Parts: sequence; C-alpha cells; structure tokens
Amino acid sequence: MAIDSVWVFVELRGDSLSTASLELVSQASRVAHTVTAFLGKQGDVSVFELLSKYGANKIIEINRAPEIALGGAAAFVMASKISKEKSPSAIFFEASYEGRDAAGRLSAKLDRPILTNITALELKDNELLASNAIFGGNMMVSTRFTGAGPQLFVIRAKSFVLEPNPVEYATEVVGLEEPRHLTNAQILNSYQEVRTGPKLEDATVVVAGGRGLGSKDQFSLVENLAQLLNGAVGASRAVVDAGWVPYAFQVGQTGKTVKPMLYIALGISGATQHMVGMKGARNILAINKDRSAPIFSIADLGVVGDVNKVVPALIEALKEKIAK
Amino acid sequence: MKIAVCVKQIPDPASELFLDPKNRLDRTGKLVLDDADTYGIEMALRLVEDGNEGEVVLFSMAPHNEVAGLRTGLSLGASRAVLISDDVLSNSDSLSTAKVLSAAISQEDFDLVITGTESTDGYSGIMAAQLAELMQLPSVTFVKKVTRTQGDLLVERQTELGFDEVKLKLPGLISLTAGSVEPRYPNFKGIMAAKSKPIKQLLLSDLGIDASEVGTNGARQEIVDVTVAPTRASGDVIEDTGEGYVKIVEYLEALKIV
Ligand SMILES: Cc1cc2nc3c(=O)[nH]c(=O)nc-3n(C[C@H](O)[C@H](O)[C@H](O)COP(=O)(O)OP(=O)(O)OC[C@H]3O[C@@H](n4cnc5c(N)ncnc54)[C@H](O)[C@@H]3O)c2cc1C
Repeated sequence: MAIDSVWVFVELRGDSLSTASLELVSQASRVAHTVTAFLGKQGDVSVFELLSKYGANKIIEINRAPEIALGGAAAFVMASKISKEKSPSAIFFEASYEGRDAAGRLSAKLDRPILTNITALELKDNELLASNAIFGGNMMVSTRFTGAGPQLFVIRAKSFVLEPNPVEYATEVVGLEEPRHLTNAQILNSYQEVRTGPKLEDATVVVAGGRGLGSKDQFSLVENLAQLLNGAVGASRAVVDAGWVPYAFQVGQTGKTVKPMLYIALGISGATQHMVGMKGARNILAINKDRSAPIFSIADLGVVGDVNKVVPALIEALKEKIAK
Repeated sequence: MKIAVCVKQIPDPASELFLDPKNRLDRTGKLVLDDADTYGIEMALRLVEDGNEGEVVLFSMAPHNEVAGLRTGLSLGASRAVLISDDVLSNSDSLSTAKVLSAAISQEDFDLVITGTESTDGYSGIMAAQLAELMQLPSVTFVKKVTRTQGDLLVERQTELGFDEVKLKLPGLISLTAGSVEPRYPNFKGIMAAKSKPIKQLLLSDLGIDASEVGTNGARQEIVDVTVAPTRASGDVIEDTGEGYVKIVEYLEALKIV
C-alpha cells in the first residue's frame, strides 16, 4: 500500500545535495507511488541523477532571481502548481532554514497545518503517522492529520535510512510568476564560514565542546582533538551564543542532529536540548568535572575530570601513538 | 519606527512540565515571558531608541488572560501591549497563532514585525514565515544581526553554511535568533512603570476570525499515541587522577578509532 504522491523540497549545501534531503526522497519513495523533488537550481544533471537514484520520478527546477531567498520562492512555486494541477498527498521539508520558511509560507497560502520536528513517519492504514519528541526527547508523540491535504511535514535530519531505489525521471523548469512581497527582501551577499575536515552531519567521530572549556581560546582543544581523530567539531548552544564558534557547529534541538559512531562531549553538561541532538550516537564519551552532570547518564565512558588537563594529555598520547 | 514584537508566554521551563488529559502541554499554571522573545524586545527597543522615534508594542496570544510575561516585557521598556485570550483558542497550532497575531497586528500600521525564531516550549520555527505570508510581508528569518539604513534594514541571516547579508525594505518581518543582542534586565523604575502601561485585551470576535479556523478545529490533527522514549543506559564513569587519558586511549582503541 502507498499514498498517491509526495513532493519533497530538496536543498543543496553549496553545490551538492544535502544528505537530509536525500533521506526525505528515500522515505517518500517508500510511502508514495510518485515522488517529485523541487530543486532551487537548474540544469545540473549530476544532481538530477542522484535524486532519481533515491526515487525521484520528477524534478522541478525552480527558476528565481538569486537575490530572493529560496524558501519563500519554493512556497510560491508549489502553491501555484497546486492551484493549476493536482495537489500531492503530502509535502516533505527539511527542518532547515529554507525548509521551515518554505513550509511556513506554503501553509499560510494553502491554509493547511504543519507537523514539525518529525523524526519518524510511517504508513498505517494508508495514512501517514508522524512522530516527534517532546520534553527534550523523553517522550514521543505520534500524530495524524484529520483535514484535507496536502499534508505538510517538517522533518529532522537522520530520521530515515538512505536506500537507493533508482527510477526514470523527467524534469521541468518552473518560474516564479508573482514574487510580489518577497522581492522586498533581497540577498546582497552570501558568506561561508569556512570549515575543513568532515561535515558535522556525516562524520564518523564528532568532538563537541561546551562552556566547561572556559574560553574561546581553550576551544582549540576541541579542534585539535577532532583533527587527530579525523572528526568534525560540534558545540553546545552555550558556546555558540557566546560567539566562540559559528552556529553551524551547534548540536541539539535547535542545531544539528548527529548520529556518529563516536560522540565526544567535552565540558558539556548534557541539557535535554543538547542530548536530543546526539543521543543517537553509537558510542558516547564524556569528560566533565561534575560527577552529577546529566551527560554521564548516557555516556558509555565518563571521565570525571578537568577538560583542560585530560584533553591535553590525551592529545599528547594520541600524537605519540600516531608518530610510532 | 513603529515595531510590533510577538511574544509568547509559556509554562516556566525551569519547572516540571506536564501533559494535560488531551496529551497537550499543560498551560493552566503560571506563565512567564519566553526567554527566546527577550532578544526581539531588546532589538526593537534599540531600533526605536537609536532612531529617536516610534514605539514598541507587544502582542501575545495566551490562555486565561495571562499578562505576567507581558508585564515583564513592558518593564523592559515597551510602551504598551495587546493580549488576545479566548477559550476557543486553546490547542491552537502555529497556523492558528499566526492567523490571530496577523489579525491583531493588522489593526494598526507597523513598520516592522519581530518574532523569535522558535518558542522554547514548541520550537517548531515556522510561525514567523506563516505570519509574514498572512500579512503579505517580506521576511528575513533566523536573523543574527540588524543595522538600520535609511528606511531599510540591513540584516545578517543564518544559513546552513554561514550567513547571508539581506536588505529588507519596510514594512517587513524578521525573526531573531537567541544571542543576536544582549537583552537588558528590568530595573525597579521599569517594573513600577510597567504596572500602569496599557494592555488591550481582545477576544477572537474582535478579530473577525471564525472559531472554526483556530484552536482545536483549526489544527486539523489528532494525537494518536504518546510513548516514553527508549532511554540510553550509562556505562562506566571513572575519576581522573592524572591517568584518565590512558583509559580514553584504550576506549578509542577498542572502538578501532585509533
Ligand atoms: C528552546 C531551547 C533550545 C535549546 N537548544 C539547544 C541546542 O540545540 N543545543 C544545545 O547544546 N543547547 C540548547 N539549549 C541550551 C541548553 O539548555 C543548555 O543551556 C546548553 O546546552 C548548555 O551548554 P553547556 O553544556 O556548554 O553549558 P553548561 O550547561 O554551562 O555546562 C558546562 C559544563 O561544563 C562542566 N565544566 C566546567 N568546567 C569544567 C572543566 N574545567 N572541566 C570539565 N568540565 C567542566 C560543568 O560541570 C558543566 O557540566 C537550548 C535551550 C532552549 C531553552
């Protein structure tokens, strides 16, 4: 059994498709007969092929002026297609900046509610049942829509398994007919906060630092350890808010969800909003000077100690080991 | 600049939270101003103070005529507030909230509407875009920096890889991230002054919205199940007495990471 059709708003990070978007396409192809991907770029065959490899039958290339943010533009294109053609059964969005903007604007245009922060979506009696975490991940709520479609879902990364399901695909370019009020917000410049090493979302090892490091300078311990382990750097919101590292590093409820093979938490207390973003890690190592820090309740190995002593010693030991 | 700031009054996040019999967050107790909205109030106050003209008006939709959070916002320096409270609004989702706020804010003319990026209790992060669309406003969401330039705003918006610099022609809407400005604390004078600042109270019927469009009816969704999430067991916890790193190296070796 499957529902009729699902649209997915897919996103790029730089020039490549985000893994989270591919996860949505993959899940859409499991629950629906046809999958249409809406993409904010034109003519990139390698992107089309990757989308079709995971099950996208149709790819809509959104044609817009680059100074108009993609999220709003996608909502306009989707709404106009729905007014002229058949509405899909459901539309999936990433829980990203553009994804939430697209979902929000479309919801208001179509007068349809949205379910957000979804981490699981299953088909039951030919209906979609969506789950999201509450109380910092301590409880799960599953919800279904009762009104007319399209059903709108904003879905967190790492919710679905990525599994190839190659299909034939067609493409179509759709322009923005009436951007109206959107044109009053114009992107002048885009800046990238440079990062080296593996991406936080995809890394096998994530080394994350929190306020316990004491200062922005001491945060270099996190970077050095990550480099030695070929891992990505993560951070708690406390240190992002303090301006030690850019927001792109934040792990947790309002940051990224990571599921690495190993998560190392340095000077992080383990607030529920942080843990909800990393407790899916296969293994967790925590260093914290407070024996009662909540992070120890989920750590496979907990070390009660001063990060500014334990981590330098660890870095030295690892360097010696590598030198051998 | 005349600025509308949307603020949410939520159950105190520091207290224990409960579900009501309908599996919704229990909101019958005392509510407080969501910390996530203090950045918007601060930014609005600075824009008005820097420009030496205009005012900051707070808008809140809340159950049982709650004003505690609004008084906190007024004590920081906002000049007045509008509260929309009505029993039929209970169980409102973000779209219902956006409809109500849109109708209430549209009763006056504002240059700028400010919201938080997401509330502390619901954290869906979509209400700002819904509100902007209903009000037919341009918007920049997830903003971390705001500067004023003749009649426009120059803002920095977070992106997945860094940030965008965006010019926003007013009237418009922004949603502000935590940490974008350092919110001030209320002082005694502010707290005393807030007691006599006007709070206009509206019912749904004052906004011309039909009860079928909002609250439980408007949400058009049903909770099927609530379950306790599986917990992760904790492993070994050791004290570092100078040799803690040795245990860690062994652990990394066992995982074949080094
Ligand atoms: C709506 C909302 C959303 C949020 N979203 C997120 C999110 O996405 N991600 C996130 O991380 N947080 C989030 N938070 C914030 C969260 O509640 C915590 O405030 C934050 O995670 C704390 O960061 P921290 O662990 O670095 O700091 P703290 O809680 O201050 O912990 C610092 C820890 O360091 C330890 N320490 C101090 N010195 C040393 C030392 N020398 N050696 C070893 N240990 C030391 C202390 O014992 C303490 O446990 C959110 C909060 C709200 C309300």
